[in-house]
Amino acid sequence: MAALETGTTKPSSRARRESLTAETWRSLRRNRGAMSGLAIVVLLLLTAVFADIVAPHGPAEQFRDHLLQPPVWSEGGAWRFPFGTDDLGRCVLSRLIHGSRLSLLIGFLVVSFSLTCGGLLGLVAGFFGGTADLLIMRAMDILLALPSLLLALVIVAILGPGLTNAMIAVAVVFLPHFARLMRASVLSEAARDYVVASRVAGASRWRLMTDTILPNCVAPLIVQTTLSFSAAILDAAALGFLGLGAQPPTPEWGTMLASALSFLQAAPWVVTLPGCAILITVLAFNLLGDGLRDALDPKLKR
Amino acid sequence: MPLLEIRNLTVEFPTDDGTFRAVDGLDLDLDRGEVLGIVGESGSGKSVTMLALMGLLPWPARVRADRMSFDGIDLRNLRASRRQRIMGKDIAMVFQEPMTSLNPCFSVGFQLVEALKTHEGGARIALRRRAVELLEKVGVPDPERRIHAFPHQLSGGMCQRVMIAMAIACRPRLLIADEPTTALDVTIQAEILGLLAELQREQGMAMVLITHDMGVVAEAVDRVMVMYASQPFELQTTRALFECPRHPYTAALLEALPERNRGKRRLSVIPGTVPGLADRPSGCIFSPRCQFVDARCRDVPPSLVGLNAGQVRCHHPLSEQPR
Amino acid sequence: MLRYLAARIGLIVPTFFGIIFLTFILIRLVPGDPVEVRLGERGIEPERHAALLRQMGLDKPLAEQFLGYVAGVLRGDLGVSFSTQQPVLREFMSLFPATIELTFCAVLLGVLIGIPAGILAGMKRGSLYDHLMMTASLTGYSMPIFWWGLLLILTFSVNLHWTPVSGRIDLSYFVDSVTGFMTIDALLSDERGAFRSAIMHLMLPTIVLATLPLAVIARMTRSAMLEVLGENYIRTARAKGLSALRVVNLHALRNALIPIVTVIGLQIGVLLGGAIITETIFSWPGIGKWLVEAIARRDYPVLQGGVLIIASLVMLVNLIVDVAYGLLNPRIRHGR
Repeated sequence: MAALETGTTKPSSRARRESLTAETWRSLRRNRGAMSGLAIVVLLLLTAVFADIVAPHGPAEQFRDHLLQPPVWSEGGAWRFPFGTDDLGRCVLSRLIHGSRLSLLIGFLVVSFSLTCGGLLGLVAGFFGGTADLLIMRAMDILLALPSLLLALVIVAILGPGLTNAMIAVAVVFLPHFARLMRASVLSEAARDYVVASRVAGASRWRLMTDTILPNCVAPLIVQTTLSFSAAILDAAALGFLGLGAQPPTPEWGTMLASALSFLQAAPWVVTLPGCAILITVLAFNLLGDGLRDALDPKLKR
Repeated sequence: MPLLEIRNLTVEFPTDDGTFRAVDGLDLDLDRGEVLGIVGESGSGKSVTMLALMGLLPWPARVRADRMSFDGIDLRNLRASRRQRIMGKDIAMVFQEPMTSLNPCFSVGFQLVEALKTHEGGARIALRRRAVELLEKVGVPDPERRIHAFPHQLSGGMCQRVMIAMAIACRPRLLIADEPTTALDVTIQAEILGLLAELQREQGMAMVLITHDMGVVAEAVDRVMVMYASQPFELQTTRALFECPRHPYTAALLEALPERNRGKRRLSVIPGTVPGLADRPSGCIFSPRCQFVDARCRDVPPSLVGLNAGQVRCHHPLSEQPR
Repeated sequence: MLRYLAARIGLIVPTFFGIIFLTFILIRLVPGDPVEVRLGERGIEPERHAALLRQMGLDKPLAEQFLGYVAGVLRGDLGVSFSTQQPVLREFMSLFPATIELTFCAVLLGVLIGIPAGILAGMKRGSLYDHLMMTASLTGYSMPIFWWGLLLILTFSVNLHWTPVSGRIDLSYFVDSVTGFMTIDALLSDERGAFRSAIMHLMLPTIVLATLPLAVIARMTRSAMLEVLGENYIRTARAKGLSALRVVNLHALRNALIPIVTVIGLQIGVLLGGAIITETIFSWPGIGKWLVEAIARRDYPVLQGGVLIIASLVMLVNLIVDVAYGLLNPRIRHGR
């Protein structure tokens, strides 16, 4: 049996993983879309971290003499407020910069929660099978039967509006995707020869799970995580827009957009700019996610 | 004028690590009714040659040739509509994997009738009757019923028979069979080869049989072309090739045949591996594995030279003494 | 095929009861007094509270309450909206056509543009068109549609005055509701210009709602085409001397359609979610707007009933997609 174990190479060995990372990076670097996505993500990250330094004004600071001042490129604009001001005289650029903090934080928290819980559920379902599998996957089916935004709305309706509750809602919405993905990867990995071999060789269930199966499920999870990041930002902004997410005066992009709706005609920049910020952020993560998928999954590479 | 004439055919694929040359300077003449075998290891360029001829290579492939003509028609840069009138009618092809070569969404009858209708037209009922006849001819039992079957309901051997029926539907003058038996069970292999030989004789068509099986070659073909790593190494009549191979590679291939190794303790093998994109030698491409190699072989690539009825690409062809 | 269908239905039944259970639990999770939550009133005097508690059966054990709820659902009794005092089901049915009309048009737009765009991109892989299509579809996929809707309103309604801002038809028209679908009703009515007005009102919401499915369908079609075009049977079809048009539109598309139909089916959930936002932006009197307003009014019976119906509809559509999948795929259609 020992011979069998050593004879069947385990693709999760360190060397393979390192070369995989290197190869992924090489393939990613050739992908112009993914690289621009990555650049924007890094830029956003820096902006969020150094928001206090980068932003010209505080996010809640009101300049009563400059209500609804247009951005610098239109008539009446000035460099003091490059993106203009809103109805309370707050600097739109500063609010957007501080909003990037929120958006990235939302994406991060939501995805970490769904990844951990959903991944764990899927791991249990796929690895132990039987009743656990049945119960977990039926529950996930029920969550999937509801349109994601509706499910999020319902959860917020129960918990009450607010940024935290919106994040919980979105995180729950993503649970089934991670659970399903994890379960599918576990099942396909568990059927591989090397896993069967180490099982025959007497590896314990726990070791099998952490040492052999888990590392090989990483690739699809990375892709799903990146793509969920953008979806989380988008959904949280949608909830904000519907008045169920972050509440004013929080500089969350969706909320900013919603509270400026009545000025759509008079001051379109207060509405268009937060939307641009959302679009660019979401697009960047999607570009990166697409690139990662192409790089990590040679089957899908075209 | 030969039926098929190819001069200096080169096929290249651009890859991330440089250009991969799949076929390198291939010449070929094929007469009417002649059966030619192309032998070589996987990746030696046998299939690519024929796919290039058919214009079936996927997008990034680059095909160049000094001459490539069928029955006097220049196949290079042929207009799509013109090519479509020749392919499937005058030149037909049978592929390696019968199970995936038929469209899973259409019935066998539909795909057969489609081939007939495209090139010959006719009324639906007549076409259907001919499709049944064709199935019968290639040995599909119960053709009236099988014509409604979908590919997934048939075995690999049956699918290959359907493919052959489709290929000979319009009585082609050239049939290209690309490893038609590789994916099949051993017992079925002989049946399919027998069927092809029978159809070839009956219809008097020329045939190119691509294979990596020397045994198949010995039984089924008039002339053989041996290919190695994109280059044709030797072209001879089957008899001459088996009796006195001129190229060291051919000789080594024949040495490795199990029936020539009877009584020996070890099967004879050719040392080394086929060169890849990176380690392609500058001289003769076989030089790293050749037992007769010298300095000239390593520096100067040999060209194909005529020897009696055949051709060989070697600086030191083996002597003509029969063994 | 029958066995396949039975297996699909067998999967749906427990999910359906799961949804019923979920909606049953939902209203009980809302913090606060159960009677007050259900009536939307505050400060009910104790005697009335006790009476109501009994009247609504909330004093019975939870299991009995659940059975009562299931029985009600199966009878079509989804409770009464406390803001309008109308049965939830009737209210839903009166608003549903508006949502169907919008959703149907959006699917149509997504399919009619998305599939050809995807086919073309798949055929011309690596070309300028392919790159443009992929960029456009990724942008569409990343679009915050609430913002996209506002941009369109700003451009076409506010600045260019081409389309109306909100509603289903101009208020000057009086169209009898026959089918509930405004475009059809407008055609049936004698009012001149009513149909045109209905179409103009439908235009922007359709574009907004179609954006996401369009992007997804186009991308999916492209990748399905690329996958199929590399198959051996496509080589066979070309070797037969078929025209490029026939190879792509018959042999390739017929196979690519199997995953494409699945993706279109999956869009129904996306569409109903998108309808919530689209209807809110354009004041489109449909289910989405109804639900958002119900949340704002804390009208829990409406939310409960609406969620139940929508989830059932999504499951029904998924079943239909499974059937379509089976019909398209000869391996399933002709059994094993």
